[in-house]
Amino acid sequence: MNQNLGMVGRKVGMTQVFEADGTVRQVTAVEAGPCVVIQKRTPQKDGYSALALGFGEKPDRLVKQPQRKQFEKAGTTAKRVIREFRLAEDIVAKYEVGQQIKVDDVFAAGDFVDVAGTSIGRGFTGVMRRWNFKGGRMTHGTHEYRRHGGSIGQNMTPGRTWPNKGMPGQHGNVRRSVMSLRVARVLPDENVILVEGGVPGHVQGLVEVRGAAKRPRKA
Amino acid sequence: MSPKMASIEKTQLRDKTPEFRIGDAVRVHYQIREGDKERVQVFHGVVIRRQRAGARSTFTVRKVSYGVGVERVFLLHSPRIEKLEVGSHGHVRRSRLYYLRDLKGKAARIREKTAVAVPNEGSEP
Repeated sequence: MNQNLGMVGRKVGMTQVFEADGTVRQVTAVEAGPCVVIQKRTPQKDGYSALALGFGEKPDRLVKQPQRKQFEKAGTTAKRVIREFRLAEDIVAKYEVGQQIKVDDVFAAGDFVDVAGTSIGRGFTGVMRRWNFKGGRMTHGTHEYRRHGGSIGQNMTPGRTWPNKGMPGQHGNVRRSVMSLRVARVLPDENVILVEGGVPGHVQGLVEVRGAAKRPRKA
Repeated sequence: MSPKMASIEKTQLRDKTPEFRIGDAVRVHYQIREGDKERVQVFHGVVIRRQRAGARSTFTVRKVSYGVGVERVFLLHSPRIEKLEVGSHGHVRRSRLYYLRDLKGKAARIREKTAVAVPNEGSEP
């Protein structure tokens, strides 16, 4: 499991940046943080260790009574989003409740990160769009069978449809992660990191950015 | 574009870009890397298209080299463009000069703008 520290953020949009030698990199701008430690989870009390990070402002009138105390304890204004990040105990111990975490505390240019978000929803989608099926013939007397998936299996053997057979259904609007994206720039003044490549979801969509699970972090 | 995005793109923009329009003759001094050697090549031709998209803006220059039409797309804000010289301003009536591809020789010339046509000429930034 990914045990690297991360941040909650919002996708801002895509653009490109020039490297020093003139090469161009396609990047996604992610507004990450500033996040506030709302709560610490410890094995003694909760059975696991994690940091709960808050992100984004929320008007006071929208805060429900039970949650009010949570923000009070952290000594912060109300946050719109709270996300927990499972972390090793020693990392959790380094942070205090109420502490603010900014982009440049966590990320540096050249790091690799994993970005998770909710992919763009496409609604109920046919097999051509959802699974890239070829569909049927457009001509030669085809009748109401142009965008169908064709057969879904054999006969008596196996006598059932195979699991994971591509069929129409809800496409998108699920949590997806993109792994090992390189951080091209960190812009501390804007609270923004520029990540090479695409990131799931709409612009303004909520994303979680954390150190890449499959790439060693640079010291 | 959101204000945030605009300010991010702003960091990528070239400080000074000379004003130029479709149909203008330009000389693009472009850094070329061959292996580990580096030199500057000048591409001289007519701007046949501009794509205005903030930091991602591009322009296309067309020239005829030894009877062969050559078109190059440059990133307007690329640090590899060392210098961008604007020569004559062409008098054209459309924004995409693709019709030049079908013309050659005398027919492919572009009429130069006269001072009357551009009253504010010479006030280039």
